[in-house]
Amino acid sequence: MALQMPNSLKPETPDVTLRRDDRGPFLTPVGRVRMSNAADAKPQPASMPQRLAVDVRNVSLTFETSDGKVDALSNVSLEVAEGEFVSFIGPSGCGKTTMLRVVADLQQPTSGTLLVNGVSAEQARLERGYGYVFQAPALFPWRTIENNIKLPLEVMGFSDSEQRERAARYLALVNLTGFERKFPWQLSGGMQQRVSIARALSFDPALLLMDEPFGALDEIVRDHLNEQLLQLWDKTGKTVLFVTHSIPEAVFLSTRIVVMSPRPGRIIDIIDCDFPRDRSLETRETPEFLKIAQRVRTGLRAGHSYDE
Amino acid sequence: MTNSALAFPVSGADSLRRHPLVARYAPVATIVLALIAIWYVATVLMNLALVRDGFEREETPYTVSDLIEGTMSAERPLLPAPHQVVAAFTDSVFGYPPTAPRSLVYHSAVTLSATLLGFALGALLGVALALMIVHSRVLERSLLPWIICSQMVPILALAPIFIVVLGAIGLHGLLPKSIISAYLCFFPITIGMVKGFTAPDPMQLDLMRTWSATPRQVSSKLRWPSAVPYLFASLKVAISISLIGAIVAELPTGAEAGIGARLLAGSYYGQTVQIWSALLASAVLASGLIALVGLSERIVGRQMGTRP
Repeated sequence: MALQMPNSLKPETPDVTLRRDDRGPFLTPVGRVRMSNAADAKPQPASMPQRLAVDVRNVSLTFETSDGKVDALSNVSLEVAEGEFVSFIGPSGCGKTTMLRVVADLQQPTSGTLLVNGVSAEQARLERGYGYVFQAPALFPWRTIENNIKLPLEVMGFSDSEQRERAARYLALVNLTGFERKFPWQLSGGMQQRVSIARALSFDPALLLMDEPFGALDEIVRDHLNEQLLQLWDKTGKTVLFVTHSIPEAVFLSTRIVVMSPRPGRIIDIIDCDFPRDRSLETRETPEFLKIAQRVRTGLRAGHSYDE
Repeated sequence: MTNSALAFPVSGADSLRRHPLVARYAPVATIVLALIAIWYVATVLMNLALVRDGFEREETPYTVSDLIEGTMSAERPLLPAPHQVVAAFTDSVFGYPPTAPRSLVYHSAVTLSATLLGFALGALLGVALALMIVHSRVLERSLLPWIICSQMVPILALAPIFIVVLGAIGLHGLLPKSIISAYLCFFPITIGMVKGFTAPDPMQLDLMRTWSATPRQVSSKLRWPSAVPYLFASLKVAISISLIGAIVAELPTGAEAGIGARLLAGSYYGQTVQIWSALLASAVLASGLIALVGLSERIVGRQMGTRP
């Protein structure tokens, strides 16, 4: 129970404030244009650095299946501050994807309360407060790459010129300039996943939900995309919730790692991942990195994740 | 010089075999030639008794070659020879002005207009029914059994009823035929489009939900484009069925024009050559219509980035 205590508000999370100072100059290319939604139009006071992006309290979710009830989430509590990069790790069936879907209002909790960007999950969805990246790119095959990125913008009613400008900007952000007129099948899996990340960022949501986005890719591509994602996060200052199966990936990317365990799906450990943010792939060989990876592994073992 | 001259016949035959035109059309041509050969043999066998009786009735001496020649040129054979059919076909297509009542072009045009109107009506009805079925469980349960039942009743039994009922309310000529044609061809479109409208990936539907797209947007930006391949597959089936429907509709009405009327008149007067040339006309018409649908499918496919 003690492990479920929120610790994002503890004073010893200097990386959040530190990073805010850091990313000032990088913020301009992406952060300036906000959505025209009423909720977004409100100026966000800089004096609230610790506004919670996600606030989950005692959330439970039970599925009714033909084999009986399944406790996908059992009494889960978690607070994520703005600008954090939080990874969820655990074996299949531990509820990490369900957690993300609950935050995204793709599934409704059976009990408990949930605030996303300070409002209910449904309200956050209606305000287009988050971008979602799935395990598969899920691009629309009949649309060119450019038009795939424009799709959420079309849905949200951005002007034509705004759509064009944003598509170009976010394609550049994921290093895919020049592929505008291609169709999805003409791109490799890693490139397609980058397009889907650009699509999720295109309407500039404050929160990015990523459900094993690199799970289907080979390790070389995955390493490369991990580095790019980290740079992207530094540039944009989004809050990221990231589901993964990979310990090195979680440690490499996160400010905090949430270790989960199945039957019932619950949080068994929250690990601060507080070594410096200027991480490169070589960081993975350092003692600090290995120490945190070891702690994640211990947490997974304590949750009987290896007992299958 | 001598070497290449010697080598020529071998490489010549080889390159001929590999010529793209030969490679593409040789299998089809072989089948066609085989069918024509079988047809000629069947012509001789089936008309033999008829021709022999003719010779014996007139008490003229005959040889085997006389007999065989006779089977190929009988005026009212049981089975006309291919060249007779082709001759009658070209004569009735090119031998008369297109508006003359003996011109196959005229009759084909009459049937074609009923086919196209019926096809359009059937396509609209088919898509409308599919939309209703996809959007409402209640409609699915109440409509689908009737839709399936409608296709179990033989159209030959229904067609006269349709004609009489529609005639009683003052509908004559083109429209009743088109309605029968539509009645036959809506079915594959409904089935195909139900499949097509439910084809989108759950992830794509979830994405639309995360962008809080309206049902109308989900329909226009996801369901319709996903259904396009299914639409063309069912249109190809439907267009040939609607031609059959139009021809069948001409049979019980005693229509004075149309391919069906030609078939009926041919069978009244034992004009087998006329029947076969009318059949040939309907085959040509059907292939033309299917080719047209195929062409539009290719054009649309190119727009939608279909993998070549």
